[in-house]
Amino acid sequence: MQTGRRPQPLLIRVTHWVNVPVLAVMAMSGLQILRAYPRFGPQGATHGWVPLQNWSSPEWARAGGWLAGARHLHFALMWLFVGNALVYLTYMLASRELRRRWLWRPRELGLAVRQQLYYFDAARYQLARVLGRVVRRPQWARRWIEAPPSGLYNPLQRAAYTGAIALGAIEVLSGLAIWKPVQLHWLAWLMGGYEGARLIHFFGLLALAAFVVAHLAMVALHWRRFPEIITGGHADAAAEPTEPPPEKAAHA
Amino acid sequence: MRRPPTRRELFHLAGAAAVALVACDNGRPRRGLLGAMERWNERVQAALFSPSRELVVTGPLTPEDAFPNYHAPHADTPVAPPGWKLKVGGRVARPMELTLDELVALPRTAYRIEHHCVEGWSAIADWQGVRVSELARHVGAADTDYVEFRSFEGYWSSWDRGSAMHPQTLIAYGMNGKPLGPNHGAPARLYGAVKLGYKNVKYLAEINFVDRETGGYWEDRGYEWFAGT
Repeated sequence: MQTGRRPQPLLIRVTHWVNVPVLAVMAMSGLQILRAYPRFGPQGATHGWVPLQNWSSPEWARAGGWLAGARHLHFALMWLFVGNALVYLTYMLASRELRRRWLWRPRELGLAVRQQLYYFDAARYQLARVLGRVVRRPQWARRWIEAPPSGLYNPLQRAAYTGAIALGAIEVLSGLAIWKPVQLHWLAWLMGGYEGARLIHFFGLLALAAFVVAHLAMVALHWRRFPEIITGGHADAAAEPTEPPPEKAAHA
Repeated sequence: MRRPPTRRELFHLAGAAAVALVACDNGRPRRGLLGAMERWNERVQAALFSPSRELVVTGPLTPEDAFPNYHAPHADTPVAPPGWKLKVGGRVARPMELTLDELVALPRTAYRIEHHCVEGWSAIADWQGVRVSELARHVGAADTDYVEFRSFEGYWSSWDRGSAMHPQTLIAYGMNGKPLGPNHGAPARLYGAVKLGYKNVKYLAEINFVDRETGGYWEDRGYEWFAGT
């Protein structure tokens, strides 16, 4: 745990907020591009196993007006997206911020699993308390799993943020493969060919969208901490545990 | 052949865009962020382009009736005028009009490649024809920066010289081992592995080696000009 650092340093805040409109327009122009041919698999051999074949994305979720307009948006903003990501990644490595934001060492994965089990246990415990008013089963009324050590973020949060960054990288690489399937044919090959890259690019977007939904839900639940991503927060706030201490009953 | 609704919509939008373009001669963004990024992307694409990299695809051929065929300016399948010849001109030492037999008599190149449409679909075909670079040698073409390809039905596109001289850029007269069909650009078409589908002009009538970029049918309606793959 580093002390004396604000929860959200300036470059984290700037790159975060640049990402919001850029990623939104990238996603919307991407859906407009997909609409020109919303099927997966080569002509004459469409992949039957792929869900969302021929999906008609709602108009409000698209940008660019038509295929050419959407392509101009997509290929202009991709440079902003990548440039912003490079600033972010350079900063993460140089400042060692990644230690309190990412989770990527294999042994840390166990901590993320334990955090998830802790949440399941907490949910079970709350359920037991409600049921305990009806049926008296005192052994329900304790918590079995302790939360793993948590810094600015708990291991599960760090796993989610690391996953979102990895998804961004996958979107860039699969996008490059679709853009240049001949000149970057080795990249397209890595992605399972042009059609594989299209699949990865689209379902990667859906995964990123799922992250954003979960992210916004967590912001809504922990709205008191929202101003930090604008103001940066106070250095000592970062030292506060993010999890409330387990209730006394847990260790009774 | 069943027309996917996306194509119809594309044409409607293209029509609307064409109307909107009366005031300016080109639908591609020229100003602001999008204009600057379009120029930047053109440079990046030219830098990524390798003049010698040839790609070979081993995948199965797309059934011929599943290989989509578009002919933008008209609804009907274009038919070559009687006595069709391919005119090769511009800055060349020996301007020529070549019959199909004369084209076929030139050195032949064949390869199998994945086709990439701007819409996002792909399909695989074998192409047989004569290299544009071979044709350039044949007519003694000057080192012009651009080569333009025009069809007898009003479609056209212009290419950067590097892409046109790529060893897999052909004047194709055969597809999948058979003479080019009327849906795929008979009697001869431009086919290159290094460009998106709309740059590959079908129903060829004219090739000109020129010093200035002359746009193209879709390029003048808003699609990017370089369109490399």
